[in-house]
Parts: sequence; structure tokens; C-alpha cells
Amino acid sequence: MDPILLLASLMVASTPILLASLGELVVERSGVLNLGVEGMMITGAITGFAAGVATNSALLGFVGAAAGGAALSLLFAVLVLWLRSNQVATGLALTLFGLGVAALVGQSYNGIRAPAMPDFRIPLLADIPVLGPILFRHDLVVYLGLALVAGVWWFLNRSRAGLTLRAVGENHDAAHALGYKVLRLRLLAILFGGACAGLGGAYLSLVRVPQWTEGVTAGAGWIALAIVVFASWRPLRLLLGAWLFGGISYLQLNLQAADVRLGFSLFGSRWELPADLQTLLFASAPYLVTILVLVLISSGKGRAALAAPGSLGQPFHASR
Amino acid sequence: MNLNRRTLLASGATAATLATLGLPVRAQEGPLKVGFIYVGPVGDGGWTFQHDQARQEAQAQFGDAIETIYQESVPEGADAERAITQMILGGAKLIFTTSFGYMDATVNVAAKFPDVKFEHATGYKTAPNLATYDARFYEGRAVCGTIAGRMTKTNKIGYIGSYPIPENIQGINSAFIHARKVNPDVEMVVIWAYTWFDPAKEADAAKAMIEQGVDVILQHTDSTAPQAAAQAAGNVYTFGQASDMAAFKPTPRISSIIDHWSPYYIQRIQAVLDGTWQSQSFWGGIKDGVVQIGEITEAVPAEVKAEAEALRDKMAAGEYHPFTGPLNKQDGSPWLAEGQTPTDEELHGMNFYVEGLTGEIPS
Repeated sequence: MDPILLLASLMVASTPILLASLGELVVERSGVLNLGVEGMMITGAITGFAAGVATNSALLGFVGAAAGGAALSLLFAVLVLWLRSNQVATGLALTLFGLGVAALVGQSYNGIRAPAMPDFRIPLLADIPVLGPILFRHDLVVYLGLALVAGVWWFLNRSRAGLTLRAVGENHDAAHALGYKVLRLRLLAILFGGACAGLGGAYLSLVRVPQWTEGVTAGAGWIALAIVVFASWRPLRLLLGAWLFGGISYLQLNLQAADVRLGFSLFGSRWELPADLQTLLFASAPYLVTILVLVLISSGKGRAALAAPGSLGQPFHASR
Repeated sequence: MNLNRRTLLASGATAATLATLGLPVRAQEGPLKVGFIYVGPVGDGGWTFQHDQARQEAQAQFGDAIETIYQESVPEGADAERAITQMILGGAKLIFTTSFGYMDATVNVAAKFPDVKFEHATGYKTAPNLATYDARFYEGRAVCGTIAGRMTKTNKIGYIGSYPIPENIQGINSAFIHARKVNPDVEMVVIWAYTWFDPAKEADAAKAMIEQGVDVILQHTDSTAPQAAAQAAGNVYTFGQASDMAAFKPTPRISSIIDHWSPYYIQRIQAVLDGTWQSQSFWGGIKDGVVQIGEITEAVPAEVKAEAEALRDKMAAGEYHPFTGPLNKQDGSPWLAEGQTPTDEELHGMNFYVEGLTGEIPS
């Protein structure tokens, strides 16, 4: 098992959930809880695949995926922001709706080959030993994911618009009183979240699998939601979470393929994890770590750091 | 309808009279409602797709006499109980639960509804109103294993298992035995995916194998993702699983194991319509037409194709059992003596690898 190759694959394996959770993070920082990530991902997976096949270009496919995800999230935005429906129920309904729409649209795309997505080696950087193959020999969407993390971090922490978005998420009444357009800002955040989820879904259908299969996301959207909580709504921790969640399951499969068992040697005798325990441990590790992180950051000194956005999940009406 | 106390009383009295007379009261008029519980989406291109094709064939065969309903992507475990119960409350009188993991849920619901007939695929628990049906997939694996042993250049073949249950272990052993028979140097890499359907994970499992030098992959999971992964890698061969997966012909898919459920479904629905349905355990193989071998493509040399087809025909004629002694277990202890074959009970509980396989089975 080549550790360099493994880390490079880990970057690829974590990209779909990274993109989807990053979008959801921005949505939640604006005070809206959209549980429809799974639905938007799979909608992006099929619209991206369809666009990619129609234009024979994977990159244009990703444009179609972002548009598809955003279109579905627009439906959610209208229902939640203007018709003030319950966000949890609407989000769940969006997932069911997205799964159904994708299955319907996807009927004629079974067994069709996806257009190839070329790897883009970044000149010079790709030739650095060790780091080169891990970081700089991927397709453009992997770089886009990393760039978006940096961009979102900068936007939230260093830009005026980001500050406004956070204000809307913390206390929408106060932000409204200050004259900020709460609904307009939230609409933009939701559209961004939908586009990101669509990109994440299309990464599955265009690069990672790569083909259209009904149910191709298989629960990745729910993991993306968990990562946002794991990251306590912070972009850089989110990157760590995506690598952890995406990487561990990939690592687990590789350990099986190579028949490698984790263990240690002590005083000349070797102790190894039993095969079934190792597999189960790896499968549950991301969730165990999430619980651990939540316990740690919500206790004692770190308590302030948990800080979910104050208005998260609450409907806003200007009359109140 | 105008409901008043008198008509209510009258209908109550009629029902009571009929009940005391012991006449059969028809609970429902109209077509027989037949329900199907699927573990994946109907468009998975594999296991569930094949069950749904059979459902459609049965519907076409019986026309207005039956009405079929299905629910897809039902999780195995407690939630399945709710899905099955809901179908019964919706009027279903015959229910097919089409995955191993529905076994206990089906048993529980069957105990609660003695008037409803149940058919559980690939399980081993029966009741007076619960039958089981299964296919001898390991016969198909013998054919695929033979081709795999001949086709591999790296002498490493891979098997993506779903869960470490007897059905998978039969497949692994059968494929390995027959690959070794034609190629003594062959080794097998096994990955347990712990899912029946997760395209991304299945693709990752295939990629992990290919990185280890595996160049022929057999899968026991339901999606076509491993086929796509092999296609992207090039120079890797695969076999269609449950469905023909013909879209990946002529390579990477060089043959397939096809599950052909419709004759069974039609026969069992007919039995319920006739009132002759009885609980049973059905386990059909190549001979019964439940397991079929898909076209062996031109990527396979003619003599290998002929060898594989001869093996298939021998099993169809009932002249050959894939597990025929002498065979040893993984630890070297004897399992089957020369010419001996195992009983079906033994196969249903298979929990060990045969000699030559590496790794251990998770418990």
C-alpha cells in the first residue's frame, strides 16, 4: 500500500462531501437550516451528468450541476423565506423530491459513459516529491473545492458582506432593524448552498463513480450535514472533517485490499486488531469523533466556540 | 352511501351469520394485491432491477387479476418492518421481501398477519405463511471463476463482498476453487463493503483492488459502479452481477450471472390465486433457469469460452456440483472427501474459507 497514492485518493474521495458541506455551512451561517442537501446533491448529479453527456465536456457538466442544484434550492428558498414554511419539514421534503426527480430524469441515462475529466497537473508544483502527487495532480474540481474553502473563510471572516451574512444568521431581527435585506441575503446563501451541493453530487456521477446510477449519492448529503456540525460552522475545520469522513472509509477499503491489520509490537510480541473489529471501528470512527468533538467544544472553556448561529432554523418576518 | 343505524346493524348481523356459518368472507373484491420490498432503487442496474423486471413480467402475465406495488430503497432492519406492515394495511395479500437483511422483519410481521402470504429471498427462516426462495449463485460463480483464472495476467483476482454472510462466502469459495483449478498461481483479494448498494463505495473498493494489482473483479454488490471503475482503469475484467450489465460489453464485462426470478414469481402468484399456496424453501440453480450465464464476449479466447460453457452445461444437466471433494478448509482440515458434495443445510450455514484463500472472515 503506497501512502502517497492513498493520500492522493483521499483528496478525491472527500471532495463530494467537502463541496456539499461547504455550501450548507454558508446556508446555516445565514440562519437557514436546509436538510435537503441529499436531494440537491443527487439533482446536481443527474443534471451534471446530462449536461456533461450533451456537451461531451465534464467541465460544462459541472456548470449544469451547479445550475441544477441551485434551481432546486430556489424552490426551497421560496417556500421557506416567503411562504415561511417549516424549514426542517421543507428540507426533508426537498430530499425526497430531489431523489424522485433525479430518478425520473435519469431513466434514459443508465449505462451511458461519462465524458472524461482530465487531471490537471499544476506546473512545477506537481513535480515536488511527496507533496506533488498528493496535492497537485488532480482534476480541476478538487482544486475548486480547496479554493472555495479558502474563499468562504475569507468571505466570512474578512469581508463586510460576510459580516452582514453572519449578523443575519445570529439575529435576523436586529439585522433587519439595521436595514439589511434579510431575505435577499438568505436567498443568495441558499442558492450558493444548492450550487455547491450540485457540484458535489456531480463529482460522484462524473468523476468518482463515474456513471449515472439511481441513488448514486447513497446518503452522502446526510454526512455533509454532520460535517457542518462537526466543524462547528467553521470553514477550516470543515476541511478537516471532510478529509476525516471521506478518508477513513477509503482507508478502510484499502487496508482490507492489502490485508493490513493495525496493531503494535510490545516486548517482542505482536498485537493486532481482529479483522471485523477493525472494519467496524473504521466505519464508525467519523461519528465517534463527531460526538467527541461536540463534547469537548461544548464543555467548559471551549463552550463559546460551539456557537451555532443564533437564528438557525427560525422563520423571519419583517413585521415582528 | 347513506349510513344509518339500521343498515349498520343489518350488515353486522350478516357478517356475524356468515362467520358462524363458517362461510368464507372475502376481505376484498377485485385484484390480488402483491407487494415487493426492494433494498435498492429499481434503477440500480443489478439486483433490484432484476426483481423489478420480474415483477413487471408477472403483472403483464396476470393483467387485471393482480395489482403489484413496490417500495424501493427500504433499509434492512427495523424500518423494514414498518414498510411491510404499511403494505399489508394497504391491502397486500402476498409480499416478496427481496433481501437477506429483511429476514427477521419478515418473520415478525408474518407472525402478526397469518392471513397474508410472505416470500423472503435468500433467507433460511420459514413459517406456515412464510416461504423462502433463493438462487444457487455459487454455480454461476464457478463459471466466472474459471474465466477469471484463465484471464488474469497478474494472477490476482478480486471479490467485492457485501456482508460476510453464507451467500457471499459460497460465492468467494466457488469462484476461488474454480480459478485455482485452471490456474494454480491465482490469488484472491476480498474486500467487504458492508453495503448492498453504495456506488461511490463500490467504485472505491474496485479502485483499491486495482491499485493492489488485481486485474479481474467479481462483485457481490448491486450497482454497476465497479464496472465503470474497471472501464476507467482499462485492462481490468469484470462480470455482470444479478443483471447482465450489458452496457459494459465487450470489456470490462466479459460475462455475467443473471438472476431470472419471473418464472418463480408467476408460479407463486398463481398458487395464491388458486388457493394452493404452501410454505416451502426453494433453492434453484442453473438447472432450474433461475441462474443464467450472460453472453461471454469476444474478449475471452474461444477455448476459454468453450471450457466455461462446458462447465455451465454440466451443471445444467445436474452432472456437476461446484463443491465436490476432495476439498480442505482454510486451516488445512479436511472438509469433503473425494467425490463428496455438501448438503444444502451445510451450504446455507457456510462460514469458512476453503484452503488457499488468505485473510479471515469477519464474524
